[in-house]
Amino acid sequence: MDQNEKLNQAETSALEASENKTVTNPAEDEPLEKNVRLMSPMRMVMRRFFRSKLSIVGLVMIVALFLFCWLGPVVYPKWGETEQDMSGKIDYTMAPVTYTDENGEEVTFYQVVETGKRINSLAKPSSEHLLGTDKDGRDVFTRLMYGGRISLAVSFIAVFAITIFGIVFGGIAGYFGGAIDNIIMRICDVLMCLPGFPILLIISTLLDAANVESSSRIYFLMAFLTLFSWPGTARLVRGQILSLREQEYMVAAEAMGYSTKRKIFKHLVPNVMPQLIVSMTLSLGSMILYEASLSYLNMGVRAPYAAWGTMINIVAEDQNILQNFFNVWGPPGLCIIVAVLAFNFIGDGLRDALDPKMRR
Amino acid sequence: MLKYILKRLLLSIFILLGVSLIIYVLVRCMPYDYVTNKISALQSNTSLDATAVEKMYEMYGLTDNSFLGILKGYGNWLAALCRFDFGKSFVYGDSVLNVIVDHMGVSFAVALIATFFEFLIAIPLGITAATHQYSLRDYIVTILVMVGISLPTFFFGQILKDLFAMKLGWFPPSGLVDATKDFSNVFSLLLDYLRHMFIPILTVVILSIGGRMRMTRTNMLEVLSSDYIRTARAKGLKEKVVIYKHAFRNTLIPLVTTLAGLLPSLFSGAIITEQVFDLPGIGNIAFKAMMQADIPFIMGYNMFLALLSVIGVLLADLMYAVVDPRVKLN
Repeated sequence: MDQNEKLNQAETSALEASENKTVTNPAEDEPLEKNVRLMSPMRMVMRRFFRSKLSIVGLVMIVALFLFCWLGPVVYPKWGETEQDMSGKIDYTMAPVTYTDENGEEVTFYQVVETGKRINSLAKPSSEHLLGTDKDGRDVFTRLMYGGRISLAVSFIAVFAITIFGIVFGGIAGYFGGAIDNIIMRICDVLMCLPGFPILLIISTLLDAANVESSSRIYFLMAFLTLFSWPGTARLVRGQILSLREQEYMVAAEAMGYSTKRKIFKHLVPNVMPQLIVSMTLSLGSMILYEASLSYLNMGVRAPYAAWGTMINIVAEDQNILQNFFNVWGPPGLCIIVAVLAFNFIGDGLRDALDPKMRR
Repeated sequence: MLKYILKRLLLSIFILLGVSLIIYVLVRCMPYDYVTNKISALQSNTSLDATAVEKMYEMYGLTDNSFLGILKGYGNWLAALCRFDFGKSFVYGDSVLNVIVDHMGVSFAVALIATFFEFLIAIPLGITAATHQYSLRDYIVTILVMVGISLPTFFFGQILKDLFAMKLGWFPPSGLVDATKDFSNVFSLLLDYLRHMFIPILTVVILSIGGRMRMTRTNMLEVLSSDYIRTARAKGLKEKVVIYKHAFRNTLIPLVTTLAGLLPSLFSGAIITEQVFDLPGIGNIAFKAMMQADIPFIMGYNMFLALLSVIGVLLADLMYAVVDPRVKLN
């Protein structure tokens, strides 16, 4: 921080110096841009954003995750998402056997049974399988990458859809007011009181009944989630627009005779963007958690397809895996944490960077 | 004030009507044969008789698929709801209201204890983070609670379960009562309940501290930058007095308001937490019912949740006006 502050001070003094120069040498009519470094608001925000170490950490984390998920399978195409390792494996099971010998004494010994299995399931991490295999012999490391694609993509799509819905409805409600505002806000009230997770469970059973393929279920679920979650964003947009609408520059826009569409989308919405971007980033994290929870309850992505939540799902049924095979369910959990944490860090950094009151 | 409350109550009724309509439409979208398949699978192993199921279908208008039939079914269901008749659960064979009331206690106990500890830990953390803004302490606390927010319930719950129940064996991994033991007095039974609830409560507390702490921190920072705090400092008051007597009181406003809004939701149950630890709370019960297409229970439970959240919003708004005299209701 200290260094940055010093840098900052140095810059301001340089700035002042150059200003003084222009004042003392009025004869030199150089253009102003040459002496004064102009910073666009965007650049100032960027600078404040990158000044925070946490935001950089978050950015690095999320970029690394994206590279891992999208480039990973290209670089490491050894196993497929649903490919089972059929190389076979020998399992040893030990069981005590008691028998009575000729002297009438009971003798107990352990019988080791060797069974050859076709599927190399629950293999330990090795060079063949970097994180071992799950109970169906699928490579955990590879599934981690494919699972991340689904989790991240689905969350991004959902958040963008929610934002667009929110901007359109919130914008209309805030700008026009009156009866339209009333109707939209009452719909928001109703949707906000809907119990989100249980409703998604109902929809999930509906999808079951309609025999929707297991690879596309999660998209339907997230589409419905979008339908129920836009009111939060809409309220945010509406509140902002209500206060912005009264400002002078809007009166000016009115006097210029701009069209309604232009006033809303060119003058009002861009001013709401800062808050929107922050809430979008933060809700990306919660969307990932949502998706993972659905998949964990076997509602979203289902095996053989991979999602981070689906990969943890197995521990609910199998105590053996919970206790002895952390390599199967630990990595997807860590990936979820890293992704959510990264979005929270970035969102926090953005909030501080975009908030003019936070300048220090 | 009275006028405001009346207006809000009317709005709440309207919201509940809207929610009921959505829930009814969603449940009606379930194909008839899918439901009957599920129910007949149920009937083979429960005491539910066919006539009761028939009566239930009649009541929900599930047999008539014309538009008028659907409308009639909705009307019938709504009328029954107004009489607090939630119907009879297919899975549990009891009236839905009874099932909800029976299992609400466990969820409420877990949520109440968790909320208590959440506030107890989060508020001091938030205050130190705010008073030492941008210090090392602030960063450490912020990062730790951020990690807490980012933990998925099911994953963290399983880790705690693996650690405390399986590896260390300090607490039982799941359920609510140890069936193998015989509890003669109430106290030891209660103790066993608490032992079973410990890991779920720990999970919930760690996951929820973050949000509360950040809320406290933001509010505290806002209050600390206000004029009357500068006045208090200028008067030469001790920093402790300034923070705990002058600043903290105003931080309490949003805290009390959210607490009021939170109270009803304590009854709603946590589906994932209860599922991970197999607690017989309302969330777990509802999850199982939903998996088996128990229509009366699904509809009743969702209406119950909607009612709780409507009450929560109302309580929070009223509380806001009560604790902050600057707020005028209109």
